[in-house]
Amino acid sequence: MTHQDTSQQQVNWAQAAVAGHASAKHDEDAGFPTHQPGTEHGGREQLVLERIERARRARPRVREKLITLAHGAGGKATQSLIEAIFLDAFRNPLLAPLEDAATLTAGDSRLAFTTDSYVVSPLFFPGGNIGDLAVNGTVNDLAVSGACPAHLSAGFILEEGFPVEDLRRIVESMAAAAAAAGVSIVTGDTKVVQRGKADGCYINTAGVGLIPGGLTLGVSTARPGDVVIVSGPVGDHGITVMLERGELDLDAELVSDTAPVHELVRGLLDAVGPDVRAMRDATRGGVATILNEVATAAGVAVVVDEDSVPVRPEVRGACEILGIDPLYVACEGRIVAIVDPGAADAAVAALQGHPLGASATAVGRIVEDPPGLVMLKTGFGGTRIIDLLVGDPLPRIC
Amino acid sequence: MRFVDEYRDAEKARALAAKIAALCEPGRHYKFMEVCGGHTHTIYKHGLEDYLPESISLVHGPGCPVCVLPMGRVDDAIALAEQPDVIMTSFGDMMRVPGGRGSFFDSSAAGTDIRMVYSPLDALKVARQNPDKHVIFMAIGMETTTPSTAMTVLRAAAEGIENFSIFCNHVMIVPAIKAILDSPDLRLDGFIGPGHVSTIIGCRPYEYIPAEYGKPIVTAGFEPLDILQSVYMLLQQLAEGRCEVENQYSRVVPWDGNTVALRAVAEVMELRPYFEWRGLGFISHSALQVREKYAAFDAERRFTLPGVRVADPKACQCGEVLKGVLKPWECKVFGTACTPEMPIGTCMVSSEGACAAYYNFGRFSRQRIQEVSIESSRA
Repeated sequence: MTHQDTSQQQVNWAQAAVAGHASAKHDEDAGFPTHQPGTEHGGREQLVLERIERARRARPRVREKLITLAHGAGGKATQSLIEAIFLDAFRNPLLAPLEDAATLTAGDSRLAFTTDSYVVSPLFFPGGNIGDLAVNGTVNDLAVSGACPAHLSAGFILEEGFPVEDLRRIVESMAAAAAAAGVSIVTGDTKVVQRGKADGCYINTAGVGLIPGGLTLGVSTARPGDVVIVSGPVGDHGITVMLERGELDLDAELVSDTAPVHELVRGLLDAVGPDVRAMRDATRGGVATILNEVATAAGVAVVVDEDSVPVRPEVRGACEILGIDPLYVACEGRIVAIVDPGAADAAVAALQGHPLGASATAVGRIVEDPPGLVMLKTGFGGTRIIDLLVGDPLPRIC
Repeated sequence: MRFVDEYRDAEKARALAAKIAALCEPGRHYKFMEVCGGHTHTIYKHGLEDYLPESISLVHGPGCPVCVLPMGRVDDAIALAEQPDVIMTSFGDMMRVPGGRGSFFDSSAAGTDIRMVYSPLDALKVARQNPDKHVIFMAIGMETTTPSTAMTVLRAAAEGIENFSIFCNHVMIVPAIKAILDSPDLRLDGFIGPGHVSTIIGCRPYEYIPAEYGKPIVTAGFEPLDILQSVYMLLQQLAEGRCEVENQYSRVVPWDGNTVALRAVAEVMELRPYFEWRGLGFISHSALQVREKYAAFDAERRFTLPGVRVADPKACQCGEVLKGVLKPWECKVFGTACTPEMPIGTCMVSSEGACAAYYNFGRFSRQRIQEVSIESSRA
């Protein structure tokens, strides 16, 4: 039955989006053939794909009027926010590479400098709490930049009514984590806000570390043939925190992998330093997000073999139930390394020599084409794309 | 992992693919519609099309509940969330569905209290915990999720919970399949039938499809081997000149469905005379509303809704995609003005939507993907 309806309202935002897009379009689109419904894959599909690539290369814009949770999820919305608002305003050569840490020069020395804020909920979870997370996260950002982590700052935003005992526990964990990572917390700040204006305790840490001479790492240096290595099972942290919230009535013997990776990284660099192109710690957005950064920055494709990616059965089970891909789930003590093919075996062996890297393994390769894309050979024997994450399957995990 | 890996076995898939290829008549082209969005998701997530010969194309159907929700209903739901002292609760995949005035995410950013839940019983829990608020559950879904909504209403009634209601948008797949069969622009050779819907309604409701329209249908599970096997079963029917309802998903789907669940639904809900499906228009007797007896739990009766019908944006071709007339990439705005991060149409929102699945997972032709695969193993 069709139904006549006169009171139709038009959707202004959608018209604006289409119009906005049309004005940014390139001339080549004029030659785009009219589609014939139902016809099969072929040349025209290629044109559509090129059209998408052009759309994606366009300057990122934040079209929303208000910040949504998606802007903090580490996926496409976060990327647009960073590029269209922060990078646009702060633009400078040190910020521009958008690496985990900025590289500064002071006299003859090179320093890595980084910062990160922590808003994880719940504050305490199996395997750690917001305190060691805040120290390890910043230590790891420095370590994967090739630096030896040295000094950290710590800023606290506390909510009125927050138990001092909890704060004590958090701070003791921070002290222990700092000692384990060989760093000192040398400056700090405290603010208290009214009840209801924050969620217990937020922490910001910043850190500096010295980069040994001769080392240049960066995701943009990845080249075809390089091997992608992960240092251990992925997704432990994200799933642990998710389950700990108790919203899902799922239980698993799972603990967060939060740990400082500086020794693991040092072992890798000592073994095959010059052959390491880049390292990242796979936090928010998981391994998938890092590989997308590599593909985009280096203009290469990454092909991942699903069966090679180490995932604990508990994590895999939870992901199956929740309908999420472990490749997008955060880790807090895992690194992804891109290394020269000739050094891949030695790199894996070096990582395996450290307890944190015991199940390190090669999971994929860099290839030339199609640039900017990450692809997965599925365990089932098919192939698909692994794109940047949209939306937020696991909010506030770090 | 048990109950998962055995349905994703690449070796079995290769064997089945060979049998499928052998059954295809040379020169004939086959077009099968997978009705469920869950199937679409599986097909792309596992790269299942890599196993199918070029002569078989899978057409994506309307079985994605989020995708078929018209914009006006999203606006109504947001209007409910804007009422004083209301907490709106919703499944996660509803959060980004755009209405005429934006999505739940936008509304939440603007100050309404919209919470994600994993089950309607969780929404009831929110109601118990917040006795001074009124908690509304955004009830969407096909027959799969309808019983859990009905059971929740029955539980709320039994417990005498007064601050809880549902905004009922439950729809039914059978009238939608009929609408597609009646649509003149589509020629199909058969259906990969809904799996989880059938756990509730069984296989009998599909008997009209072979009987009146002469199309075979195989009820299918959601693992990739399930879908491959269903394609094989459809081809077998065609090759043997049979045309019937078959059940591939017999490990879960009883032929007569789940009578307990159906009774609960019948107790709480009744047919609407008609309901708008996004892209498909108004379909008679295709959705459910709360019965008068449970009016206290019906947000539509407790609150005044704007109820304005919002036309789909002109550029959006979700309707054609939902009917299987267009492939996602054939839509004018696919991947440019309409992307998963800024969706115009609903098919780009849900992970079960054909456009989102295609954009996130597919996008490249099989040939291209195979070339890359070979290149990477050589490297």
